[in-house]
Amino acid sequence: MPIQVLMPALSPTMEKGNLAKWLKKEGETIKSGDVIAEIETDKATMEVEATDEGTLGKILIPEGTADVAVNTPIATILADGESAADLAKMPAAPAPKAAEAAPAEAKAEAPQPAAKAPAAPVSEALPDPEIPAGTEMVTQTIREALRDAMAEEMRRDGDVFIMGEEVAEYQGAYKVTQGLLQEFGARRVIDTPITEHGFAGVGVGAAMAGLKPIVEFMTWNFAMQAIDQIINSAAKTLYMSGGQMGCSIVFRGPNGAAARVAAQHSQDYAAWYSQVPGLKVVAPYSAADYKGLLKAAIRDPNPVVFLENEMLYGHTGEVPKLDDFVVPIGKARIARAGNHVTIVSWAMGMSYALKAADELAKEGIEAEVIDLRTIRPMDTETVINSVKKTGRAVTVEEGWQQSGVGSEVAARIMEHAFDYLDAPVARVSGKDVPMPYAANLEKLALPSVAEVVAAAKAVSYR
Amino acid sequence: MATPKKTVAKESGQEKAGSPPEFSKEQELKALRDMLLIRRFEEKAGQLYGMGAIGGFCHLYIGQEAVVVGMQMALKQGDEVITGYRDHGHMLACGMESRGVMAELTGRRGGYSRGKGGSMHMFSKEKHFYGGHGIVGAQVSLGTGLAFANRYRGNDNVSVTYFGDGAANQGQVYESFNMAELWKLPVIYVIENNRYAMGTSVSRASAQQDFSKRGVSFNIPGKQVDGMDVRAVKAAADEATAWCRGGNGPIILEMQTYRYRGHSMSDPAKYRTREEVEKVRHDQDPIEQVRNRLLASGVSEQDLKAIDAEVREIVNEAADFAQHDPEPDASELYTDIYR
Repeated sequence: MPIQVLMPALSPTMEKGNLAKWLKKEGETIKSGDVIAEIETDKATMEVEATDEGTLGKILIPEGTADVAVNTPIATILADGESAADLAKMPAAPAPKAAEAAPAEAKAEAPQPAAKAPAAPVSEALPDPEIPAGTEMVTQTIREALRDAMAEEMRRDGDVFIMGEEVAEYQGAYKVTQGLLQEFGARRVIDTPITEHGFAGVGVGAAMAGLKPIVEFMTWNFAMQAIDQIINSAAKTLYMSGGQMGCSIVFRGPNGAAARVAAQHSQDYAAWYSQVPGLKVVAPYSAADYKGLLKAAIRDPNPVVFLENEMLYGHTGEVPKLDDFVVPIGKARIARAGNHVTIVSWAMGMSYALKAADELAKEGIEAEVIDLRTIRPMDTETVINSVKKTGRAVTVEEGWQQSGVGSEVAARIMEHAFDYLDAPVARVSGKDVPMPYAANLEKLALPSVAEVVAAAKAVSYR
Repeated sequence: MATPKKTVAKESGQEKAGSPPEFSKEQELKALRDMLLIRRFEEKAGQLYGMGAIGGFCHLYIGQEAVVVGMQMALKQGDEVITGYRDHGHMLACGMESRGVMAELTGRRGGYSRGKGGSMHMFSKEKHFYGGHGIVGAQVSLGTGLAFANRYRGNDNVSVTYFGDGAANQGQVYESFNMAELWKLPVIYVIENNRYAMGTSVSRASAQQDFSKRGVSFNIPGKQVDGMDVRAVKAAADEATAWCRGGNGPIILEMQTYRYRGHSMSDPAKYRTREEVEKVRHDQDPIEQVRNRLLASGVSEQDLKAIDAEVREIVNEAADFAQHDPEPDASELYTDIYR
């Protein structure tokens, strides 16, 4: 049977075009790849290449024809041994159709898309691990808790390694990796050049090959150079590969404002990364959570963004002395129980929230303080249950307010507990400015205990 | 670690070899078949795109077939392959099935990514193909990471990391070069120089147009290879794999090649003349070169036609499958985000 050459679409949006010129005549030999015609669209002139071999049998659409619909037969090609007589066997060539009349055949065959998106699955986190009565509690700094978490996981699994700037011989820019080189050696504790984009990509590649890298950024500010690898390569590959190629990797380092380091070194990325499906985003506050959540992050088969805070590295806390203390990702913690107002925070924001709760208690307002711990997937349930009890909520974060995590928490409260609210949700956040250097301005740019107290009173109408 | 002696292509870019080593008849036939499969597949993909069955971007590999086929002939089981968005040829050369690749192009459930990746994002763990990446240059760091994993595990696998002359100007390429040489990672950087980064010719975009020299400041050896001659590619790949497996670190192969079609299907290709394309096609076509050698060696035209027919049948079957396989179930919307 002779082969029909169809008017091609040059982009998914093209519906019609002009047949500008025939470059082959009827009866001419055609090889696959030969340019046989030129077609014009409003954007460009393009060449039509033959994909079949033979002789140009008949030109069905003469040159100069305008508005030829995509998929209209424009010529026939005769295979070896066929002659013009074979053309008679073809179904009659349709007249050039008007553009709007021709739905692509292949499109017509395609099944209809689902009319409605299915419901998004709800993630359920496990409860915190039991801490048996009589468990010894060790007081340690958050810096030590992080180091212990990594060391324990590296002892447990030979595929876990850490790479980053100054993590090995220097013992960590903030001494978080102290002692790891001595215990695990240079094969598993790897100093990188100053090359965030490159080593983040190397880490993701190693994770695709099945290793479990911990990639340390000296601060998350520098990870801006690497954000493409974190989002486009690490977060999306499982989905784009239909589940074949995952990426078990932890990106960690200090996030948010330190002290007097100005705008480029003082930014909170919680909201940025929390927008991305495929990533988990963890931002702990207490020493125990730092340890237990980092262990969970290293074991997690997905990419985890682990946001630490430089100001907290030296803070101490009680960490249970257990062989394997793992805190589940995706579960908030009620840091202080109360009935009058819910304060939702995480990471450094918790320090303002807890101090504010103490102040409020002096005035007879018992605040329930929720430490989200994980930003994605967010434990909405714990927040909603608290708001149903208190009827009032305040969010506290150091990051900016627009499209911030507090805004997301407020939206969820509005969606799930609107009828329980006795006042609009209040957001306390970093001010809408790049972080200034001057000590007084820096202080003004950050949230304060007084602002949290004022917000809690405002939603309590006191 | 002691710096190993660099014996490969020390005079980067200047090694203009004579004729590459001959192929056996079996090798010629295999190369012909594998290249034909890619070409016929890509022609069919172009056709399906023209019919509206394939959406989005579609970057065809026609003209460059000798590069992946020659490279693949030098690899062993376990070696990893990773590339950018012009990836159909790489997948077929790795042994991925035509129907699974074509069904991914049409966005159907039988595609390698179950219809969720499309032309630029396909993977096969089984065939050690690590994608299929849509961000220009990202695969270079990722491929370096694959090599890092080989080094970490102490195996003798090599990561073959492909990118184009355009991607060669991305910053992370050089960050990766630095780490690869510093840590002596077993990675072959295959720069497919097809002369145009989309519509920008190499001379308009590259201060150093000899891509084999792009590793000079990192002490990475490089070599320019006639990427239209599958024997030359195979010979260079043999040297490069031996170099990497010998613990010598990375190596760069600049494959001088050419794409016949536009950058993507919607590229009118006005940045070059039709004569230029025709000349390469006429003088250097990788498939014609092998065909002509086989004919000269006494293989009949009929035998070659039989290979073409076999390949066309595979491609037609793939196209048929890709147009009739159902789209992914709506429930797939929320799968494979986390595991």
